[in-house]
Amino acid sequence: MAKQYETVIGLEVHVELATKTKIFCGCSTAFGGAPNTHTCPVCTGMPGSLPVLNKQVLQYAVAVGLATNCTITQYCKFDRKNYFYPDNPQNYQISQLYLPICRNGHVEIETSEGKKSVGIHEIHMEEDAGKLIHDEWEDCSLVDYNRSGVPLIEIVSEPDMRSAEEVIAYLEKLRMLIQYLGASDCKLNEGSMRADVNLSVREVGADAFGTRTEMKNLNSFRAITHAIEGERERQIELLESGQQVTQETRRWDDAKEYSYAMRSKEDAQDYRYFPDPDLTPVYISDEWLQEIRGSQPEFREEKMARYKKEYDIPDYDIGIITDSKHLADLFEETVAICGQPKKVSNWLMGETLRLLKEKNMDPGEICFSPEHLAKLIGLVDSKAVNSTVAKEVFEVMFAEDIDPESYVEEKGLKTVHDEGALRKTVEEVIAANPQSVEDYHNGKEKAIGFLVGQTMKAMKGKAEPGMVNKVLKELL
Amino acid sequence: MANVITDETIEYVGILAKLELSDEEREQAKTDMGRMLDYIDKLAELDTTGIEPMSHVFPVQNVFREDVVTNGDESEKTLKNAPGEKDNMFMVPKTFD
Repeated sequence: MAKQYETVIGLEVHVELATKTKIFCGCSTAFGGAPNTHTCPVCTGMPGSLPVLNKQVLQYAVAVGLATNCTITQYCKFDRKNYFYPDNPQNYQISQLYLPICRNGHVEIETSEGKKSVGIHEIHMEEDAGKLIHDEWEDCSLVDYNRSGVPLIEIVSEPDMRSAEEVIAYLEKLRMLIQYLGASDCKLNEGSMRADVNLSVREVGADAFGTRTEMKNLNSFRAITHAIEGERERQIELLESGQQVTQETRRWDDAKEYSYAMRSKEDAQDYRYFPDPDLTPVYISDEWLQEIRGSQPEFREEKMARYKKEYDIPDYDIGIITDSKHLADLFEETVAICGQPKKVSNWLMGETLRLLKEKNMDPGEICFSPEHLAKLIGLVDSKAVNSTVAKEVFEVMFAEDIDPESYVEEKGLKTVHDEGALRKTVEEVIAANPQSVEDYHNGKEKAIGFLVGQTMKAMKGKAEPGMVNKVLKELL
Repeated sequence: MANVITDETIEYVGILAKLELSDEEREQAKTDMGRMLDYIDKLAELDTTGIEPMSHVFPVQNVFREDVVTNGDESEKTLKNAPGEKDNMFMVPKTFD
């Protein structure tokens, strides 16, 4: 019988924190500035410059640590990791080796196999590097240091995962917690969340770990899944043919869907870490820790449980709304104004998600206010507009956050409740469409649909379909 | 001198530090490094039981900045330090990965 292999996976996840400024200087972290416009002597490693820690970076790191059940290192410090590369202007990266801010945590994940706990070895704070662009024309490289010094946390898991499914569940869990904290938007495709996969295989039942490889450049859940499956196969094939797995870093090529070795073991990095003398140690008092603990938000599981109790909406709705903190906030704020959870949920799950998908946007980019959504629901409730008009108004509101009440007023979109006016229009429609009238009288029920449509058109959509139906049937 | 630095070690340290040493400099560096390690060994003789490792030479902690943008576009000054410049970026010898 063929040998059975088990995949052992640990993850190193880098998350870019959502601060306004860099970790050690007052330069902006805004994305998309012209090259080097967000730089200063500190983040370009000029001699004599002095880095000073951004307090918010520390608070976010502690918040993420608490959310992942870590022990917070109340006395922590920064170390220098030495290596030469043009994207690293100081020739060292400021990171944490000896006393990382968080240790010994875990998160619960759920997959088709059931629930499981994934250990977190540590979380440390560090700075990002600059961006290198290769210039074919001049046969040189160009460096933009705007990203140099952008704050990162690196979350190092224990080798507790056994499948791509568990890895995705773990990443989703981290993303959810961190988004709820507002500490990062965690977008894999934009690089604000990056995952390196450490993977080895061993025979089922073996105690010792096999030799592991590290895979980089995984920018989507799909790439991660394919890379894990490919690497598992590659390592098993090596072992089956009597060869050995080499400990190395491999880079995933997303277009070709395979990985290749980046650096060999021979020039394995020796980073010669030592404490950074420019930065003072950090001491987080019990009071401060308590303060951060006290301002942790309600996370998804707690929110779901509360929604179940407080709002009369299906579990399915609860799952989708709480999938994004932005959507959940919008939901709660709108319900607080109009008191109609199911109607608010319908607008969010239906039209809102449809438009987000169509425009390739995130819930975080929604611009309309809860007040305006509540007003729109009010307009439909009072039959001031029918549902078709409401959807049109919603589209405008989604794009420009208009006040639906004044918009409906200005554009004259209010439903006409004047039965006299409706009767007159219906009479005209009947007179203009003798064929449909005859069809209807000959038992073609569908013909009435056409006449309703014609009436709505003549009324510019401002009639109530139920009333149109009633009047039509009467006059026919 | 108790610590003897081998040629392999000095070669390796040279690679890490990106330094190319002449034969003469290499011998000098081997002697210097050996003596530094001897001094560390001397320090290691001290009984440090129960003493917390020192994290910083100054008795200062918790020096922070608030998360407020204080720097504007300083690219012109930044780029004055570049070995070469193109499209507002530092131009450096080709790197690969």
